[in-house]
Amino acid sequence: MLEMDYSPLILSLKVAAISTFFVFVVGVMIAYYVAKRDFFGKSILEALFLLPLVLPPTVVGFGLLVLFGKNGWIGSWLLEWFDFQIVFTWIGAVIASIVVSFPLMYQSAAAAFESLDERLSNAARTMGASEWRVFYTIVFPLAWPGLLAGLVLSFARGLGEFGATLMLAGYIPGKTDTIPMAIYFAVESGQMEKATFWVMIIITFGFSLILWVNWWSKRNIRRFTRT
Amino acid sequence: MLHVNIHKQLAHYEMAIQFKMGAEILVLVGPSGSGKTTILNSIAGLVHPDSGLIVSNTHTFFDTDQKPLPARERQIGYLFQDYALFPHMTVEKNIWYGVKKKNRKDSQKMIVELLQVLGIEHLLHKYPHQVSGGEKQRVGLARALAARPSVLLLDEPLSALDRETRKQCQDELLRLHEMWKIPFIIVTHDLDEAERLGDRIIYLEQGQITDEQRKRQLISTY
Repeated sequence: MLEMDYSPLILSLKVAAISTFFVFVVGVMIAYYVAKRDFFGKSILEALFLLPLVLPPTVVGFGLLVLFGKNGWIGSWLLEWFDFQIVFTWIGAVIASIVVSFPLMYQSAAAAFESLDERLSNAARTMGASEWRVFYTIVFPLAWPGLLAGLVLSFARGLGEFGATLMLAGYIPGKTDTIPMAIYFAVESGQMEKATFWVMIIITFGFSLILWVNWWSKRNIRRFTRT
Repeated sequence: MLHVNIHKQLAHYEMAIQFKMGAEILVLVGPSGSGKTTILNSIAGLVHPDSGLIVSNTHTFFDTDQKPLPARERQIGYLFQDYALFPHMTVEKNIWYGVKKKNRKDSQKMIVELLQVLGIEHLLHKYPHQVSGGEKQRVGLARALAARPSVLLLDEPLSALDRETRKQCQDELLRLHEMWKIPFIIVTHDLDEAERLGDRIIYLEQGQITDEQRKRQLISTY
C-alpha cells in the first residue's frame, strides 16, 4: 500500500475556498455595479476583467510576479513595510487562483444580473425599499442560480489552477504543493501511482460537483424563473 | 392633491403634460407610445422629467432645480402592467413587503380587510406562479395598497384579463377607490374601460393632452 501524504488535498481545498470567497464577494459587487450602468469605457473594463480567461496562465503568472515579486510594485512595498513575502507561499497560490477564477464569477454574475427584470426592483423601490434591501431581498435571491453557477465554476477553477500558481508560488512540498502541482511533480519524478491517485481524486471531485450543480438547478430553477 | 407638470424629451417627440387632481380617478387614454407609462414612472420616481414640478399634498417629488425625491420616499402605490409580483415570495410576503416594521401592528386589520374585499385570503401561502391572472391582479393591488400610499398608479391593470374577470375587477377598483379616497391614476387604451372607471379622462397623443372630459360632461352627452 502506498504511503500517502494528504496535505495537497487540504491545501488545495484551503486555497480554492479562500480564493472563491474573495472572488464571490468582489465579483458580485463589481458585476452588480457595472451591469446596472452604462458609462464611458465599460466595454474596455469588461474586456479587462475577462482577460485572464484567454491569456496563457504563464502570462498571468508573469504579471503577478511583476506585481508581487520581491522587486515588484506591491511585493517590494510589502517586504519593506511588513517584512512579508508572497512569492513561494500558499498566499501566492490564493492570489493566482483569485485572478484566474475572477472572470468566471464576473461573467456568471453579470449575466445573472442583466437577465433580471428591472421592474421587480422598481416595484420594491416604490414600496419604500432602500437600495440595500432591494439587493438582498430581490436581486440576490433571484440571481442566485447564476451566482451559484459562478461560485462553483470559480471553486473548480481555483482547485485546478496550475500555471500561474507555479510561477508565483512555486512547488514547495508541504507549503505550496496543491493537487495539480503534486500531479505534475509526481509524474516528473516517475511516481506514476501517486500521480494516478491525485488524478482520480480530482476527477471524482469535479464530476460530483458538476452533477450536483445540474441536479440542484433543475430542481430549483422553476421557482426562480416562473412568475 | 396631486400636481403634475412634466417636460421631457423622448425619442420621437417632446412630452409636455400638466394636470392637477384630487382624490378622484383619473384615466389616461392614448395609443401605445403616447407617453402614458412615462407619466406614471415620473410620478413614481423611476424616471425623471427634464424639467417641471410634481407635488403630492405637501411633498415635492420633483422640482427642476432640486434633487428629485427618491422613489422609496414618495409613498406611491404602483400596480405594474404585468403586476411584477416577486416570484420567489409567497402572496403573503409580497403583500407585506412594503409595510414598515413599526406599522406592522396597525396594518394588520387593514390588510385583513383588504384581503376580504379582494377575496384573496385563501391564496396567502401560494407563490405567484400558482395563482391565476385575475388573482395576480388582486394580489398586486393588495400589495400596492398595503403600504398605505398617498397616490395609486395603475398601468393597464386589466389588460391581461378575460372579459368576465375584467368587469369584476373594474367594480372592485371603484369600490377600493371609495374606501381609500386617494388619487388613482389609471392608464389604459380601452375607451369603454376609461369611461366606466374615470371621474376624469385625459386623452394623450405624442406626449400632449389632446382632450379632457369630466364624468358630468360625459353623462350629459348621453
